[in-house]
Amino acid sequence: MPVARSDTLELRSAADVVSVRQAVRTWAIEAGFSLVDQTKMVTAASEIARNTIDYGGGGTATLELIVEGPRRGLRVVFEDTGPGIPDIQQALTDHFTTGNGLGLGLGGAKRLVNDFNISSRVGEGTRVVITRWK
Amino acid sequence: MDRIPILKLRDLLLVSIQVDMHDRLAMQLQDELTAKISETGARGVLIDISSLDIVDSFIGRMIANIAAMARVLDAETVVVGMQPAVAITLVELGLNLPGVRTALNVDKGMALLESATPDVEDLPDADAGRTE
Repeated sequence: MPVARSDTLELRSAADVVSVRQAVRTWAIEAGFSLVDQTKMVTAASEIARNTIDYGGGGTATLELIVEGPRRGLRVVFEDTGPGIPDIQQALTDHFTTGNGLGLGLGGAKRLVNDFNISSRVGEGTRVVITRWK
Repeated sequence: MDRIPILKLRDLLLVSIQVDMHDRLAMQLQDELTAKISETGARGVLIDISSLDIVDSFIGRMIANIAAMARVLDAETVVVGMQPAVAITLVELGLNLPGVRTALNVDKGMALLESATPDVEDLPDADAGRTE
């Protein structure tokens, strides 16, 4: 899938989550997303960005404007080198949490995007890819 | 550091969230608002989120916590002005804000608080003698 443009942001602190939200908003507008679609993508990115910091110990978010034929979309790749997730199915279950959150982050984010991909290796890190098409 | 102002109007506390809140700011608002309810004896809390262009699970939890803590302190909370796109996203996210009353705008939120907390309407001078 051709990537028209990409940019990588650091995720270290709570303020970086806000920066990612704002960047995703700007890119979603550029990709021609409706207001509801922008809001869903920004909210999904916010959930995963917070996970990257809280559970992954920080990492990066890479925004990609993608073009596939006439379709345009926005993809965000979150990567950390944290402890990893031993049981991904369990982590995707609503209301499951190992922290003090609501346990809606991963499962909720998955519902807000068109494509959701998560891979994780214990001791090596986690990679979450979310994509939403216009 | 940013701070979200809390205004006192008679027996009510008014908060309008105008910035894209990071998590620590949201926690700080939760703590300050709870302290302020206890300090002022406020009977109602009105939170205007019309400027918020997203509410994710963290911010949603903060709002639900404020409502729960306020209730324990004998105050009602009303959240007003949620943007339609935010409402649609919240429901798909799976967050239904249990125990949080909502109103479309500040006017309707104030009316709701006044009917929920009769003291506010019936005894406008109830705290006239109180020193702060």
